[in-house]
Amino acid sequence: MGDIIDAENAFKVRLSIRTALGDKAYAWDTNEEYLFKAMVAFSMRKVPNRETTEISHVLLCNVTQRVSFWFVVTDPSRNHTLPAVEVQSAIRMNRNRINNAFFLNDQTLEFLRIPSTLAPPTDPSVPIWIIIFGVIFCIVLVATMLLILSGIQQHRRKHKGPSEMEDTEDKCENVITIENGIPCDPLDMKGGHINDAFVTEDERLTPL
Amino acid sequence: MEKTRPLWATPLQFVFACISYAVGLGNVWRFPYLCQMYGGGSFLVPYIIMLVVEGMPLLYLELAVGQRMRQGSIGAWRTVSPYLSGVGVASVVVSFFLCTYYNVINAWAFWYLFHSFQDPLPWSVCPLNGNRTGYVEECEKASSTQYFWYRKTLNISPSIQESGAVQWEPALCLVLAWLVVYLCILRGTESTGKMEQLANPKAWINAATQIFFSLGLGFGSLIAFASYNEPSNNCQKHAIIVSIINSSTSIFASIVTFSIYGFKATFNYESCLNKVILLLTNSFDLEDGFLTANNLEQVKDYLASAYPSKYSEVFPQIKNCSLESELETAVQGTGLAFIVYTEAIKNMKVSQLWSVLYFFMLLLLGIGSMLGNTAAILTPLTDSKVISSYLPKEAISGLVCLANCAIGMLFTMKAGSYWFDIFNDYAATLSLLLIVLVETVAVCYLYGLSRFESDLKAMTGHALNWYWKAMWGGVSPLLIISLFIFYLSDYIITGTLQYQAWDAAQGQLVTKDYPPHALAVIGLLVASSIMCIPLVALGTLITRRLRRGDPDPAPVA
Repeated sequence: MGDIIDAENAFKVRLSIRTALGDKAYAWDTNEEYLFKAMVAFSMRKVPNRETTEISHVLLCNVTQRVSFWFVVTDPSRNHTLPAVEVQSAIRMNRNRINNAFFLNDQTLEFLRIPSTLAPPTDPSVPIWIIIFGVIFCIVLVATMLLILSGIQQHRRKHKGPSEMEDTEDKCENVITIENGIPCDPLDMKGGHINDAFVTEDERLTPL
Repeated sequence: MEKTRPLWATPLQFVFACISYAVGLGNVWRFPYLCQMYGGGSFLVPYIIMLVVEGMPLLYLELAVGQRMRQGSIGAWRTVSPYLSGVGVASVVVSFFLCTYYNVINAWAFWYLFHSFQDPLPWSVCPLNGNRTGYVEECEKASSTQYFWYRKTLNISPSIQESGAVQWEPALCLVLAWLVVYLCILRGTESTGKMEQLANPKAWINAATQIFFSLGLGFGSLIAFASYNEPSNNCQKHAIIVSIINSSTSIFASIVTFSIYGFKATFNYESCLNKVILLLTNSFDLEDGFLTANNLEQVKDYLASAYPSKYSEVFPQIKNCSLESELETAVQGTGLAFIVYTEAIKNMKVSQLWSVLYFFMLLLLGIGSMLGNTAAILTPLTDSKVISSYLPKEAISGLVCLANCAIGMLFTMKAGSYWFDIFNDYAATLSLLLIVLVETVAVCYLYGLSRFESDLKAMTGHALNWYWKAMWGGVSPLLIISLFIFYLSDYIITGTLQYQAWDAAQGQLVTKDYPPHALAVIGLLVASSIMCIPLVALGTLITRRLRRGDPDPAPVA
């Protein structure tokens, strides 16, 4: 293979069988190589104009312990190697079939210089987070509205009662005696409230 | 026209409110960092000493002032001395800044919480690039958790000058966060308790600072909470309980955080080793599975001697994996909460469950503290007769939330995280030290320690222990003054202030200087709260002189 090997059109392949399969790892022997050649030939046959690719056109070499090796695909005349671009696109199209034949995946069966098409994440049409956000937002909004409404109702109920008392309150407050610049707080008229006359602390310091 | 002040239904509610306010995010992301930086377990020594000498006395002081004066911070300090209402105003200003930026953390927690209901977790995988041959470059250079934080959550710009537009996703989450806070405070502060049935001189300085800020002194929140107490409430006992629970929570959180660190460090160490093994296996075409963590060193030596030229080619790429260096990465703040923790969580089994639980916990902590922060602003506002006669309590709360939310949109812009760091580092630090110092001095020397003591005795029925008097009168003010001097001199010596900016091209943080307008904002933040104290005192002096024409403006005792 040395004289027709064209570094441009050759690809290095790396397998990590033990990493992928652990105890169930199979040994890499010539039969597995044959299967590999068959898969590459199969991929090439799917390319238009290359339907006549045979297993014997696929050449492997430099197989190491790793397991890794180089391969090229030659044309029927066995004199030229097929351009890298064709091989690349053929392998990419059938990557899944090749992986499955060896029980491997994109990371454990690597074709150097042939990037694999990564599976896009499944994006739902509406992002999930917006749905959850919408639910929580509505709940909080409804709870807030309820609290505000009940607060307004309570307010109205409270103010219906002592509204008469409030008028007398206002009249009283208009008459504020001022002595030495200190306003005297009027006695609290509302029933059941703290009587200011007996609160001593606030009067020690002059309010502003 | 005085209405009865609303009260806590039980003293336990008050304690819970204080605890939920004090136990916040700082317990989770600041205290463990300090422990790690300053010697681990031995940091507990200065921490506990500072707790006893500084934290508890000052906490008790604030609670006692609130309970005695029965008003929010502005009214309470005005009662102590009319010239001092500036202290209350300063507290409100600082609380306002805090509210504005603190709720952004809750917004981020909501964002992560909503994204936790996906499989796989969005921060555990990098998104694919345009032609689907690999991952996005920024994500490759950094890590998937960093990418999710800096790009997907913050969409951060390369520097603080490039503001960018408001990002609608975090903005929505911020609106939700404020809505939740509004819902909680709608019924008034007294309802917040119902929500939970819930050396080295640097080591000492940091212990003192941590205790100080962890307890939330100086914001006016504690005064606000205590003002809703019955006068006979035993706030001394509560002060001790709250500070002990706060510190225990910090220590407990450190245990959890350190175990997370350990998990993450082990995981990263093992993946680092695996990367080295893969690199060597591929470069030398060794048999798959031959290299393990155990024989790595021997094989490396063998390869170095057998294939020296090839080994020297590969050598620069071989990282020295060390568990110690992984453990040494100490992170604090948003980096810890949103990057380190999420990285650990994504590697756990049933990661969605842990993620939901974790962010729910962050939210509980954050919203609990927000309730205290808003109470600090709302209580003085609702106490003020002018404002509360025009607007009902619900409307005041709504307006405050709306204003804060609108200003908080600043932090949802592309450069928002940098402004967040500015507020986080400078809005509260120096100002609080000064505020609490003035508070302590005011109570002890202006109002009179003996007078305060007799007030407390009349109120609660217990005599004041000599320990508190010694702390309030001497030790705590001296401690605060020394902290203040230290920080001032530290700022002056360091020269220009710098910040960490995210560089998308390199996939890591770089240090940059703050531009002049950012420095101006920092100065304004610190000055606006501190200047309230002298300005209001001056204003009081002038209005009194004008009103009375009296040369002696001393208050009538």
